[in-house]
Amino acid sequence: MNGDEACCEGALAVGCRFFAGYPITPATEVAEAMSRRLPQLGGIYIQMEDEIASMAAILGASWGGVKSMTSTSGPGFSLMMENIGLGICTETPCVVCNVQRAGPSTGLPTAAGQGDMMQARWGSHGHYEIIALSPSSPQEMFDMTIRAFNLSEYYRLPVLVMADEVVGHMNERVIIPREEDIEIINRRKPTVSREDYLPYEADADGIAPMANCGDGYRIHVTGLTHDERGYPAMNAKAHEQMVTRLVGKIRNNRDKIISTKNFYLDDAEVVVVSYGISARSSMKAVRDARNEGIKAGLIKLETVWPFPEELIRSLAPQVKALIMVEINGGQMVLELERSARGACPVSLVGNYGGAILHPNLILGAISKAVKGKT
Amino acid sequence: MPDKRERHILITGFGGQGIVMAGDILGKAATLYDHKHATMTQNYGPEARGGACTSQVIISGEEILFPCVEEPEILVCMSQEAYTKNVKSLRPEGTLIWDTDLVHTRKTDMRYKTFHIPSTRFAEQLGTKMMANIVMLGFLSAVEPLVHSEALKKAIMDSVPGSTKDNNLHAFNKGREYGTSIIKGLVKAEQAKHQD
Amino acid sequence: MTTSKPVKNVPPHPMDSLLRTERIPHIWCPGCGIGTVFSAVIAAIKNTGWDPNSIAMVSGIGCTGRMAGYIKLDSFHTTHGRALPFATGLKLARPQTKVIVVSGDGDLFAIGGNHFIHAARRNMDLTVICVNNLNYGMTGGQQAPSTPLGAKTTTSVSGSPEEPFNFSYLASACGATYVARWTAMQVRSLRSSISEALEKRGFSFVEVITPCPSSFGRRNRMGSALEMLKFYHGRSVIRGDIDPKDASMDIDKEIVVGKFVDIERSTFLDHYEKFNRPQMPQWRSMHPDNQKGR
Repeated sequence: MNGDEACCEGALAVGCRFFAGYPITPATEVAEAMSRRLPQLGGIYIQMEDEIASMAAILGASWGGVKSMTSTSGPGFSLMMENIGLGICTETPCVVCNVQRAGPSTGLPTAAGQGDMMQARWGSHGHYEIIALSPSSPQEMFDMTIRAFNLSEYYRLPVLVMADEVVGHMNERVIIPREEDIEIINRRKPTVSREDYLPYEADADGIAPMANCGDGYRIHVTGLTHDERGYPAMNAKAHEQMVTRLVGKIRNNRDKIISTKNFYLDDAEVVVVSYGISARSSMKAVRDARNEGIKAGLIKLETVWPFPEELIRSLAPQVKALIMVEINGGQMVLELERSARGACPVSLVGNYGGAILHPNLILGAISKAVKGKT
Repeated sequence: MPDKRERHILITGFGGQGIVMAGDILGKAATLYDHKHATMTQNYGPEARGGACTSQVIISGEEILFPCVEEPEILVCMSQEAYTKNVKSLRPEGTLIWDTDLVHTRKTDMRYKTFHIPSTRFAEQLGTKMMANIVMLGFLSAVEPLVHSEALKKAIMDSVPGSTKDNNLHAFNKGREYGTSIIKGLVKAEQAKHQD
Repeated sequence: MTTSKPVKNVPPHPMDSLLRTERIPHIWCPGCGIGTVFSAVIAAIKNTGWDPNSIAMVSGIGCTGRMAGYIKLDSFHTTHGRALPFATGLKLARPQTKVIVVSGDGDLFAIGGNHFIHAARRNMDLTVICVNNLNYGMTGGQQAPSTPLGAKTTTSVSGSPEEPFNFSYLASACGATYVARWTAMQVRSLRSSISEALEKRGFSFVEVITPCPSSFGRRNRMGSALEMLKFYHGRSVIRGDIDPKDASMDIDKEIVVGKFVDIERSTFLDHYEKFNRPQMPQWRSMHPDNQKGR
């Protein structure tokens, strides 16, 4: 199956039963698969009037107690930003799959891009933390959509699956595990009475139990800055408290959230860092480099946000160079550079979108870097 | 043929001919029934229907990392535009396959192994030209055995609507039989070439 | 954190059971019509006798949007214009919950206009109450899609150059199953219309023409809140059996009020179930606790 269909199957396997979306290349196949599959499982598919509405609808469905998601690409992702912010502020679990194409604007709808990485991080206004995953194959579309739901239910926020056109449209074998082998995490529910329940009072790990609409808690949910009761609190102190917790619940748990796959790092002199489809080209280049006797390694980011800052910081002094490979003009490379803190040269292999990066290009950069040229 | 080697196939035509479906079926046959690795990526223009369309298939005994087919060893052309655009990418020793009625090839192409079949005409004779892609798959399975023909048949059965399964099977067999007969004749032709 | 303690010797207000009393006083200006609509909504809810835990309120942004913050129901104060799509998701996830959307004219019909016409077209089973105060009150009185031609606002100091929408006509044209309009002075009719709208299956819509004395009234020299109330009331003409397109909404001539639409039409969920029933063995096992299979 293709990556978009695998995304749908992963979502269904982890219990998603509501999808609201709007057709957009190259993410349309997720919606099409959902529209076929959800009725079979007693779920709801609705095609909304635009991506703003789609995002709002999945937030509403999530508060109705149903795991929900939407999928989109560049222009639609831009429209979703407003309500992604509402989801972060109100701590609403849901998943957004962005099958990236090349932008800006309408750009190249049928060609690959990874240019929305900083938009994923900072696209909605205000300060917040986000979780974003980046699959590099249909199998990972399946697996990571499951993980995205589990993270969103646990940490209570919209989690982004940052795929791309090639992965979305690529057909490969996808192995679907047995039902009992799939880990499913559901949101924490309140255990106290309505009188004692404070909707935004967090447990020790920074996560507040969530009462759904209709559970009898008569919650109030607002995108305004709010206190533990969920009531608007219009002052700097309350805002500081709220944002500190929203940020803290991700930052303080980053060890549990961050996931990378590391290859040949033990003796690596040059380490390539990449994600999504670019990580496959990178892997090819790193293996080719090894065949040529170059000590190259690869860090494949499974979670792109939060970024594995500590890993890079400890690695940077031990290597000759770090290379970021991504289909954009340099986005995650900024994060790599920041994390390396000047301990080694950092360079980029990238293009502005439209074609995936050729392994030879990356191999060339590795060869240069190992000789001390960047 | 060593199993580990990556086989690169490019199937080309225009949207609506089932180009992507043909690549999908080939990949399914390889992965699900021949238990190999395969990846299929596709290219198409801004419009999903009618424009130029390619399906890139890689089959391998090992994990496939880079999914693009840059220099195919097998090129299937179902339209003139697709032929003109892609024939330059074919490897010197590669195999060029085309629809007899839809593509006019140049003489220089004789450096390739060449096969052609009126797949669209055959499909029309069998009921609908929509099955030209399946006729072509049958033909391909005879002239370039990438996967087992039984695996291909199973993959076709998985991929086509229930009411059309029998017809599609006929289409596949038609293409395969035609291919087999050509192969038998081809041996003579190749010999004749060497005598020149 | 502060919670207000009950004051001794004061009998509870009959509406207290549905009010977040600890949040009172509210933010609305003296004389604002929203309070009247709010109490009519609460009275209508009480009148239904439904379990309050089975009712939810969703609002957008603006003065009216704050209603969701004062009502003791599951209540959602969403983003500007997006109350309807949020409510759509909520309703489809919990069809057993009655979902009420309250918002202002700007929220529902300018930034949220597209959502409004599509929610009505789909016949989402929602009750929508629109407080129409003819301008953007929260931000200080700017021109809205309801602002009468020539009326003064902070963004049309010489008079609005735009023709306003007729919301009730728009709602009926988009397929609403229930449409009524009243001025804020006609409390009893308003209350009974909201009750009917709540009981109605499908997309029901009640528009209330309310005074915004602090902004619209002041800029257009309409006098006190009470004078504005009386003015709108004076312009109103009750016409029950009128084609919605003739239900004029013109504060200079005539504000036609009454119930304009009351029809039956299958909802989105009715159609969804009908078309998908053959393949829905586990229909509505959406919640994680009752899911089987995949």
